[in-house]
Amino acid sequence: MMEQYRTPLMFAMMAALLAIVGIFQSWNVALTIVNLCLISSIMTLGVNIQWGYAGLVNFGMMGFTALGGLAAVLIAMPPVPEAWAAGGSGVMAGLVIIIATAIVSLLIWKQLKGRGAKRYWLTALSIVIGVVIMRLVADPSIAAIESVESARTGYLGGFGLPVTLSWIAGGFVAAGAAFVIGRISLGLRSDYLAIATLGISEIVIYVLKNEDWLARGVKNINGLPRPVPYEIELQASQWVVQLADMLGASVVDVSTITVKLSYAGLFTIVLLIFLWLSEVALRSPWGRMMRAIRDNEVAANAMGKHVTARHLQVFILGSAMVGVAGAMLTTLDGQFTPASYQPLRFTFLIWVMVIVGGSGNNFGSVLGGFIVWFFWIESEPLGLWFISTITAGLADGSALKTQLVENAAHMRLMTMGIILLVMLRFAPQGLLPEQKR
Amino acid sequence: MDILNALTVIGNFVLIPGLAYGSQLALGALGVTLVYSVLRFSNFAHGEMMSFGAMLSVLVTFWLQSAGIGLGFLPTALIALPVSILGTILLCLLIDRLVYRYYRQTRAPNVTYLIVSIGVMFTIGGLVRFIIGPSDRIFTDGSRFIIKARSFKEMTGLNEGLAIKMTQGVTLATAIVIVIAVFWFLNKTRTGKSMRAYSDNEDLALLSGINPERVVMITWVIAAALAAIAGTLYGLDKSFKPFTFLQLLLPIFAAAIVGGVGSPVGAIAGGFVIAFSELFITFAYKKVLTYLLPESLAPESLMQLLSTEYKIALSFVILVIVLLIRPTGLFSGKTL
Repeated sequence: MMEQYRTPLMFAMMAALLAIVGIFQSWNVALTIVNLCLISSIMTLGVNIQWGYAGLVNFGMMGFTALGGLAAVLIAMPPVPEAWAAGGSGVMAGLVIIIATAIVSLLIWKQLKGRGAKRYWLTALSIVIGVVIMRLVADPSIAAIESVESARTGYLGGFGLPVTLSWIAGGFVAAGAAFVIGRISLGLRSDYLAIATLGISEIVIYVLKNEDWLARGVKNINGLPRPVPYEIELQASQWVVQLADMLGASVVDVSTITVKLSYAGLFTIVLLIFLWLSEVALRSPWGRMMRAIRDNEVAANAMGKHVTARHLQVFILGSAMVGVAGAMLTTLDGQFTPASYQPLRFTFLIWVMVIVGGSGNNFGSVLGGFIVWFFWIESEPLGLWFISTITAGLADGSALKTQLVENAAHMRLMTMGIILLVMLRFAPQGLLPEQKR
Repeated sequence: MDILNALTVIGNFVLIPGLAYGSQLALGALGVTLVYSVLRFSNFAHGEMMSFGAMLSVLVTFWLQSAGIGLGFLPTALIALPVSILGTILLCLLIDRLVYRYYRQTRAPNVTYLIVSIGVMFTIGGLVRFIIGPSDRIFTDGSRFIIKARSFKEMTGLNEGLAIKMTQGVTLATAIVIVIAVFWFLNKTRTGKSMRAYSDNEDLALLSGINPERVVMITWVIAAALAAIAGTLYGLDKSFKPFTFLQLLLPIFAAAIVGGVGSPVGAIAGGFVIAFSELFITFAYKKVLTYLLPESLAPESLMQLLSTEYKIALSFVILVIVLLIRPTGLFSGKTL
């Protein structure tokens, strides 16, 4: 009886929580949280497809998020013609050489199967030669590109297309990367796969941080074009002023809230599309096959299902979703900062969301994305309030109190850890358990 | 003379830092490997366990310093180390009792442990930041160098200096003592042998009357002690910052996997393989080659295979390559 009302009830509670923040803190804060909740939910859907449907442990979410962000930069930023003139051809030649090297080494690797040590040495040699040639060709061009107005540009720039296109592009970039990564690492056992994907995602971040010609590295890219109007433009327009008059609110508030609402609208559309697709996939024969593979790989294999190919497929699909979310995140921030990608925030927190929400259940994952992000943000003020309440009896200057109040902001890591542990112990199915079908 | 100068440059910039960093990684990897072979999961919380141990050392060191107690030329942290080891052991036993024991009893799959250890990672990480805050703490004291670059030059008459920092010496000495102690324990004592038996074949060990809970407890004690020591040594050598220990986790995993997960010898070898390949590949060979080659051939560029920014990324690359080519590691088969 209770079960069928569980999902709407949980979402209603979530809405109530957000409304409480809207009323007691401000609607601006509430909408900021909502926007990131929406993006997190798309990421959790991606993880859920991999973990909940197919049982793959992918700890590389951070890398795919960053690649999505890179796509946003490459699509939306205007091109830098001077940089292209200075070294575009050299860099492109370098890329071609890298791809050629990869193909040649792969061929050598495959051809020399069973030849012992010779195989390793020749493959390693071909890679080293390829890298040396690539650096000889590309290094001067890279230096030339990075010296073009390095304070403002110093990179190749993008295509100057509308930024919403980058959401699709982000999906494709992440999917391409996932294809390569999946081909490499999907043969590994669960915990090795986890460590390998975590390592690869760190490598992706290192490349983004250090290859300045691509997206300026740690110098960051600011001022990405926006899919929604700027607050300043809104404040100048007639209808906003009238609306503000009508609501009795300030023009600034109305304009910022309008912007955030427009983002929320766009994100909701994307989320709904993905949610619908995921649900359809889950109910389809394909979803049934995935669950069969997850629950018993050997049996599924014996039934003639190509386990490795299906794993690769689901790895690509899930990672593409995360890539889309990454592009959306960069669009929302309006900037691309490679140093801000931390595994704690972009890999492990997303996993907490999936586990808490309920792995294998798409609505659960979305709910997890909302709830966990909500508490990730709100545990700071809540922690502060909690600490100042329990330390109210202590004298104002006491060392213990200062210490506690100062560090209350770090409560959230601990809160997340304890929530995860408690969920795993007492409700391993999550808030919305997977439905038996 | 030129050859000696070149060797000194390599010694100063690669060998000595590599030995110190390698020992820190080896101690961490040894802990990861022990937990893996007995409890059979990759402990993602190991980095934070190190962080917790290092934090205790920092706090005790600060307290000792304010009380005016010190070790003269040795870092005060060495007195703090036993306290930090004890604290970390208590924390680990508590966590095992509250968290992991349940999954052992229900015989949870490997993946569940993995995710649980992430929960533990979050919790300890939060605890550390809550207690000491996220900022950088330097707690090294005592004399800074065992050999200063200048006195080395005066001693040998070479152009190049060789400096050995006190923390590097302490790290290496401690690591050697600890590794010998761990191996003695595993190979010579009854408890150590029962641990090896348990990791080798759980059912057989149970049949021969080995108490699994005791084996697990001892594993946590050793792993926690190793984590506290490795964390403290790393903190002494660099500085203590809660945030770095998550970054250190991957090189440690890399070391454990390169050596072959479950093999203590492999973990130590892996630590040094990772440390030295990081340093050798990102080392600028210009100075060395200038000494070795005739003047006409002296290189103009830095002669670096990869720029230093990629130093840590390199350990991930090695990790991935080893996982792909030889997932059982270099010392496969020689388990605990």
